[in-house]
Amino acid sequence: MGEQRKRNLKMNAMIRVDNLCKGFTLHNQGDVSYQVLEQVSFTVARGECVVLDGPSGSGKSTLLRSLYANYKPESGRIWVRHKNSEVDLVSALPRDVIDVRKHTIGYVSQFLRVIPRVSTLEVVMEPARRLGVSREESLVRAQGLLRRLNIPERLWSLAPSTFSGGEQQRVNIARGFVVAYPVLLLDEPTASLDAGNREVVVDLIRSARDSGAAIVGIFHDADVRNRVADRAIALSARKTQAIAEET
Amino acid sequence: MNLQQAQSNDTGGYNFAYLDEQTKRMIRRGLLKAVAIPGYQVPFGGREMPLPYGWGTGGMQVTATVIGPDDTLKVIDQGADDTTNAISIRRFFARTAGVKTTEVTTEATVIQTRHRIPETPLRSGQILVYQVPIPEPLRFIEPREVETRTMHALQEYGVMHVKLYEDIARHGHIATTYAYPVKVNGHYVMDPSPIPKFDNPKMDQCPALQLFGAGREKRIYAIPPYTRVRSLDFEDYPFEIQRWDESCEFCGAADSFLDEVITDDQGGRIFVCSDTDYCRQRQQQQQPAVNEETCP
Amino acid sequence: MMHAEQTLMEAATPLLQVQGIRKLYAPGKGVDGVDFDLYPGEVLGIVGESGSGKTTLLGCLSGSVIPDQGRVLYRNRDDRELDLYNISESDRRALLRTEWGVVHQHARDGLRMGVSAGANIGERLMAVGGRHYGQLREAGENWLREVEIDPSRINDTPGTFSGGMQQRLQIARNLVTGPRLIFMDEPTGGLDVSVQARLLDLLRNLVMDLGLAVVLVTHDLAVARLLSHRLMVMKHGKVVEHGLTDQVLDDPRHPYTQLLVSSVLGN
Repeated sequence: MGEQRKRNLKMNAMIRVDNLCKGFTLHNQGDVSYQVLEQVSFTVARGECVVLDGPSGSGKSTLLRSLYANYKPESGRIWVRHKNSEVDLVSALPRDVIDVRKHTIGYVSQFLRVIPRVSTLEVVMEPARRLGVSREESLVRAQGLLRRLNIPERLWSLAPSTFSGGEQQRVNIARGFVVAYPVLLLDEPTASLDAGNREVVVDLIRSARDSGAAIVGIFHDADVRNRVADRAIALSARKTQAIAEET
Repeated sequence: MNLQQAQSNDTGGYNFAYLDEQTKRMIRRGLLKAVAIPGYQVPFGGREMPLPYGWGTGGMQVTATVIGPDDTLKVIDQGADDTTNAISIRRFFARTAGVKTTEVTTEATVIQTRHRIPETPLRSGQILVYQVPIPEPLRFIEPREVETRTMHALQEYGVMHVKLYEDIARHGHIATTYAYPVKVNGHYVMDPSPIPKFDNPKMDQCPALQLFGAGREKRIYAIPPYTRVRSLDFEDYPFEIQRWDESCEFCGAADSFLDEVITDDQGGRIFVCSDTDYCRQRQQQQQPAVNEETCP
Repeated sequence: MMHAEQTLMEAATPLLQVQGIRKLYAPGKGVDGVDFDLYPGEVLGIVGESGSGKTTLLGCLSGSVIPDQGRVLYRNRDDRELDLYNISESDRRALLRTEWGVVHQHARDGLRMGVSAGANIGERLMAVGGRHYGQLREAGENWLREVEIDPSRINDTPGTFSGGMQQRLQIARNLVTGPRLIFMDEPTGGLDVSVQARLLDLLRNLVMDLGLAVVLVTHDLAVARLLSHRLMVMKHGKVVEHGLTDQVLDDPRHPYTQLLVSSVLGN
């Protein structure tokens, strides 16, 4: 990689992962312990979409969750550019992580966590409302996204608990895009979607990226991957290295 | 007449005013504390009196404690001097203390009362002794003694207004018409005994000393002369006393507490002053030539 | 309601500082050394099984159980730091009526069953000097609406309410003086599942809208996950793990936490 590009990357870096190590010890299963991430380092700049590559079990999901502070690494640092300064998610206080999640990092997980009694619209609106966006504005955004993602209007006032997997996933995606997060983490966002909806998601991702978001994603669909990713980071099972490749 | 002379009269072997001197000292100490802390309930070692609880044992012990050979005693029951209980208590003290008794408010130095304050304004030097059934104004909502004591100490009286709030919510107005809670000297909330709320204003800045005795609960409390006594209320539902459209059938008073008396089976009724002495005084003023014995 | 800015501005100083709290009834029974800070708007969940000490801890924090050791420091509305067990009984009780709230597991412990719903809600206001009946009534009706109880029930006594309604009334009674810190002990305990859902929904919204700080004791991990930002796991009086709620539940490290998480059906 050219020096200029390296320098550009550093300046525009939204995420800097530095020697991340993450393992698990299952105390109730004979203290079985295994290492998933070892010395992982990479950066993600504004306006680029990085895809995590690797076979099943190589730690893609673990890495993504670590970037959201959902998993806690043993060692290493995850620097995120948050409100004109850098926050290390590994050592941050819980309330600071919450602030980062509120303003800076959006996360679309594989499964929608359904809260009883909360309507689809409310689910999608919530991240915006929490940021202080007005009810009217949040509603407009939520409705727009749900429409784009082909969730019929008659479902908007229902709680998503009875929706199909694909519908739940689309609600999840809408929730992830209702706020223009500077950083987006996507875990298999198109897994249960048909071709038409996959297109919509690809569009959403590309728009976000073009607006300057730093995106890290796991896409099992090669076609989608090729259309959104700027480069890939390859993780191999049980032993990881960070390789930046242009695609 | 001094104590010795009084005791040499035939009091049937009883000490002056029935109670022994040590007991009187104990109660006096309690009374001093009560006077020093207006409205605060002072526990005292109540004695067994020759009548059951609920008949004025507390009031009688206070009267027995403060009365001296030169005092003149008046006893009223719901304003009247001539009910059975008033007569019995008056006779009790006449026998055991040999003191002068009267029905005329202005002549009395000690007045024991059940459930009324005399209409005639009291003067400095008089003592009004109230008979009290339940001294604790918070008991209706808080059954625990330890808790009510703490509430008084910390002036946690929010619940008293809860009671008044409930009245307004249920009846559209504050329905409490007797034993209406008051705040004494800006601190303690007190139950003034089951006097009608009509009488509450009389307690405020009263020149006489007001003492309260509860025999069953063994508590005494006091309002020293010229103390501020304010009835609890809301800004938008201020304290009001009862009023009648009628006036007293016998003396024409329009400003006294009236009793309703049914006179026949057709529902005929008249209203008369509950305070018998007040009514009689007014009648005498209006017809000075009439013989006292023919007055009702 | 926009409270995010306020939370960030106040975020510099903790609302509650708990230092070295110890209250032991027997070795391993009670609270054996707990420290944490709580910031405005944070919901801290304390989970553990029976006997873990979590209820004792809540008692020590809210002034009802005097600890053997340790301090509880609270920063009040006037920005004064109060040492909970060094202020007078009067000040402590006043705190519990104004800036703090306590939601008991059994609504009966937190309500006056003999007076109307309106009186229950208005009591705190009356205790701090509220003397206008009309205003008290209006506050009662507003708060009933906030907790999704039909305002026409304002004159009914809590005995005529269902369990879920009683619990919601208890919450209204506490919130009427605008407290900044609420202690909750198993708020959904004993309620039917659908009733629980409604109550949790209400709590979630109130916490967000009012920027409340909450210390929530529960044995139910689902409740903890839904309501709390941070989680403390207790066992035998000690905190064995603590951190961001979803982190503690999704990436548990302590053997006991792992056991707890794996034991819950459908977690």
